[in-house]
Amino acid sequence: MNENVSNVGNHEGSDSYLLEARNIVKVFGELRANDDVTLSLKPGEIHALLGENGAGKSTLVKIIYGSLQPTSGQVYWKGAPVDVANPSVARELGIGMVFQHFSLFDSLTVTENIALALSADQGMAGLAERVAKVSTDYGLPLRPDALVADLSVGERQRIEIVRCLLQEPRLLIMDEPTAVLTPQEADQLFVTLERLAGDGCGILYISHRLEEVRQLCHDATILRHGKLVARVDPRQETAASLANLMVGSEVAAVRADKGIAPGAPLLELANLSLPTDDPFGVSLKNIDLQVCAGEIVAVAGVAGNGQSELFDAISGENPTADENAVKLSGEPCGGENITMRRRRNAAFVPEERIGHGAVPNFALSENVVLTHHSVGEGIVRNGLIDRAAAQKVNIKITDLFDVRKGTPDPEARSLSGGNLQKFVVGREITLEPKILVINQPTWGVDAGAAALIRQALIDLARGGSAILVISQDLDEIYEIANRIAVISRGELSPAYPAEEISLERIGLLMAGAHEQANPTDQAAAPA
Amino acid sequence: MGALEAVILTIITASTPLLLAAMGELVTERSGVLNLGVEGMMIMGAVCGFAAAYTTGSALLGIGAGLAGGVFMSLLFAFLTQTLMTSQVATGLSLTLLGLGLSGLIGEGFTGLPGVKLSAIDIPVLTDLPFVGPILFGQDILVYFSLVLVAAVGYVLFRTRTGLIISAVGGNHHSAHALGYNVIKVRYACIAFGGACSGLAGAYLSLAYTPQWIENMSSGRGWIALALVVFSTWLPKRVLIGAYLFGTVWIMGLYVQALGVPIPAQLLSSLPYLVTIVALIVISGNKTLTKVNTPACIGQPFAPER
Amino acid sequence: MKIILEKRSERSKAMAFLSPVLAIAITVVIGGFIFSGLGLDPFHALYVYFIEPVTDLWSIEELIVKAAPLILIGAGLTICYTANVWNIGAEGQLTIGALFGSALPVYFTSWQSPSALVVMLILGAVGGALFGAIPAALKNRFGANEILTSLMLVYVAQLLLDWLVRGPWRDPQGYNFPQSVPFEGWQLLPLLGEGRVHIGAIFAVVAVIALAIMMSRSLRGFEIRVIGSSPRAGAFAGFARKRVVWFCFMLSGALAGLAGICEVAGPSGQLQPTISPGYGFTAIIVAFLGRLNPIGVLFAGILLAISYLGGEAAQVELGISDKTAQVFQGMLLFFILGCDTLILYRIKFVSARAAVTEV
Repeated sequence: MNENVSNVGNHEGSDSYLLEARNIVKVFGELRANDDVTLSLKPGEIHALLGENGAGKSTLVKIIYGSLQPTSGQVYWKGAPVDVANPSVARELGIGMVFQHFSLFDSLTVTENIALALSADQGMAGLAERVAKVSTDYGLPLRPDALVADLSVGERQRIEIVRCLLQEPRLLIMDEPTAVLTPQEADQLFVTLERLAGDGCGILYISHRLEEVRQLCHDATILRHGKLVARVDPRQETAASLANLMVGSEVAAVRADKGIAPGAPLLELANLSLPTDDPFGVSLKNIDLQVCAGEIVAVAGVAGNGQSELFDAISGENPTADENAVKLSGEPCGGENITMRRRRNAAFVPEERIGHGAVPNFALSENVVLTHHSVGEGIVRNGLIDRAAAQKVNIKITDLFDVRKGTPDPEARSLSGGNLQKFVVGREITLEPKILVINQPTWGVDAGAAALIRQALIDLARGGSAILVISQDLDEIYEIANRIAVISRGELSPAYPAEEISLERIGLLMAGAHEQANPTDQAAAPA
Repeated sequence: MGALEAVILTIITASTPLLLAAMGELVTERSGVLNLGVEGMMIMGAVCGFAAAYTTGSALLGIGAGLAGGVFMSLLFAFLTQTLMTSQVATGLSLTLLGLGLSGLIGEGFTGLPGVKLSAIDIPVLTDLPFVGPILFGQDILVYFSLVLVAAVGYVLFRTRTGLIISAVGGNHHSAHALGYNVIKVRYACIAFGGACSGLAGAYLSLAYTPQWIENMSSGRGWIALALVVFSTWLPKRVLIGAYLFGTVWIMGLYVQALGVPIPAQLLSSLPYLVTIVALIVISGNKTLTKVNTPACIGQPFAPER
Repeated sequence: MKIILEKRSERSKAMAFLSPVLAIAITVVIGGFIFSGLGLDPFHALYVYFIEPVTDLWSIEELIVKAAPLILIGAGLTICYTANVWNIGAEGQLTIGALFGSALPVYFTSWQSPSALVVMLILGAVGGALFGAIPAALKNRFGANEILTSLMLVYVAQLLLDWLVRGPWRDPQGYNFPQSVPFEGWQLLPLLGEGRVHIGAIFAVVAVIALAIMMSRSLRGFEIRVIGSSPRAGAFAGFARKRVVWFCFMLSGALAGLAGICEVAGPSGQLQPTISPGYGFTAIIVAFLGRLNPIGVLFAGILLAISYLGGEAAQVELGISDKTAQVFQGMLLFFILGCDTLILYRIKFVSARAAVTEV
């Protein structure tokens, strides 16, 4: 145990704490998601809960909120022990939670969604007015009759927050709230949170955005692999020291080559437009982009602005009518399907590894066949699959990308997120593609795997390939990209060199502020 | 009784079982569950209804038995799909096969025996009115019940909290669970409701439509009811219109034959099935209507984290 | 103490074998109860039902005659269901295949040569494939639910058969019975040996082997498995979903159609209003009992053929309805589905407190 935790556990029913979760243990099968974790929080305090993916943060807050029951341990509320049997009990105590994945119903209105989150005895009469009032008061305006399906991600989060606020919580738990917000929306959220804290409400804030946590939070509890490793004041720490506490070791810094001159354009999008026939989808409009050999271009954007649609248009899962809209190595191929594009030495990694990038209940060697069947050497001969050859490729990927698994050829779903992602990315890189398009490369992946994947992308670019990265993680983008473009509502901004575009500017572009002026002015525009 | 009056009366009796079964399945599907066993539940309702009515002499007891038969079958389905998390499609099919087999076995002793007919109501003066009388005031109680059912289901689904919860569970069961709603319990209830309605529809067949027991007498009506729910985009009022449309097609064959038109009887008998296919084509081809109204979770099993 | 289900990290291969065995065992036990309920000695009844049919040569031949169509159709259905393409209309495809094939003896009664037989069989397969193509087309073009369309077509096919044997195709020398001319000579399916076993049995075995190889070794089989498990991954792999739908429906339709013409040109020898005791539906159960695996279908088909024979034997010897066969079949599928849960989940006993968790 770390010396930072020496002062925990010395309060027997102390009134000064609003919430205490003591010695919480939660076991799932063989996994100890929480291993003797203690967390305490005072009224009016903004308390950060830090840790990487899989550290046990979500499990702990679900226990506090009553969605899960601890295997052992006790939760104290305002000094008294409580049994939070389910979320209704938590809400009655005054605990509200805004999940990372929203509990919303697309086909219902804002008011109906909020009504479902409130208990039955709170009448629906006048709810619409209350929603309008409270949301405006706290700077998060909402239209009560809007259909959730029509709202942006940021607006949907407001519904989640407002529904908590309507119940006048004493503790508000927020799980990765800024993952889906533009920088400006995040600033607005901080104002709201600071106001709540000023009113005496406690805030438990889960995030892996260390700069944010240092700016906003008074106290922090750090988890690693289910155990409590530190309790610190983030304002006294640096982002690097917090990261080390989270990971437990020095994470290899990613070495990016930023100064290399790019070669010929290998991926070109020209006036790419793709209307969507999905009532909940996003149409792509007049997208222009070039990715040259040796460079990494990133497309930044908040979720739901057309990233999947863009990926599908480039990969060929959704071909376009205009064959010149997409060019690979100079050849028009807008109408070609994904197999034809793979034959042009392009490779693709989609956002969802389970169900899209890999078949969860198939073995890894079979998942190799998924993308290697038409371009991999010797995988398919005369219509028959060579299982041994596929397994060889599987072993090769495992060795090169450090894929950790229980048996040599397990089902894909038995791998952890990070290991499966390493496999999926490795599977494409072993094809030695000239062009790689990857959507959310390190989403839900532990720091070690993320670093390995990002380094692999950089190495691939250094070898002369053109790489397009679509990501919601701005830290990642700044780390690896040579040029950055922003996608908003299906439209793509020009791609600016990474050194020249500020975070604020990206935020504005995400919100849809597109410039009409001459591109040469953009490069020199002030940050 | 005039020809038009007779036609309308037979349309009502032909449409009622479709309406009852479809309303039940609508509620089930709204909660996110696809129960393909409607045909099996219906035929069990028919045999149980007939058996009870014959043994006791009371059509009302027969209706109760039919309802119970449907509920029993539906609970088997619910146990398998909700508690054991089996595939809803395969389990629904198995329910139909089981229902057809079981009803054949139970009903063997009752084939050819005279039925107990569910009597029509008789209100003095009103029922005797020419034309309007028998049509509006001379039906049996299940017909009136079916219409009340449409109104009641519509009201509950769209104007009450219970209905909101059902739509939530069917729209996004993970969110509903996260909010603290017992998804499995809600689905059990909706499945049982669907079973009750299908059972009633079956009882109607053997007690009112043809007061007799004939093996496989449901003749695919359960499947048509399923198509009806899709066709009506999960809206009760549309189910009413659809049921009467299909009911009309169903008995059309009889009337065309009676008119002596030289079309083979089998072709006329195949009309309901062909029309069902056409209806499915029409509605499924309209992506906007289907995608927006389909309960998003339909057919997906729900397994909460522990 | 409460029982809960806990998801396994990988499919249990042991349970994949044990589950059908367990399901059969439960079905037999419940069957025993049903028999006692009907006033019979359960053990004797079960013996008559399940053991007797395999004890003498004659009944083994009957077994093969009944198993052949079940296996032929069931093998095709396993391909469909693996792809998540729900062909429920095999009975209709069987019927239309029989009609297509029977057109030859009806209109060309005097064409007696081996080629006549070959053409009949091909027509049967083609008829079934074309009829199966209809729900495939409706699904691909309009997104119409294939379960409902293929099933509606079963009723249509049966009505078509009914009309033909009572009308245009009725045997003029048939004393007004609803049946076609009896087939003769080369237009009858050749037999294997002295009994009733016909070459349909060979078709069944060949189909099983061919499909087993296709599913386990070929890229087409891989494509089908991927599309069935994860359609999006299938699109990502470059596999066209619509093509798989066409392939599955037409393949299973062809096999059902072949089984149909074999039934008519084999055991029946002529067209009648009913040509199949529900083989197309029982084959669905065969497919599931066989674990959606062509080799498994071989065994499952034999088992379900036993249940048909058992029903008939029970009727003759014990005086109970032969509808018990259908009940057994329905129950069997039910229990297979239930027991299959154990492949993906394990049963755990937990303390009451830990079980009262998520609302």
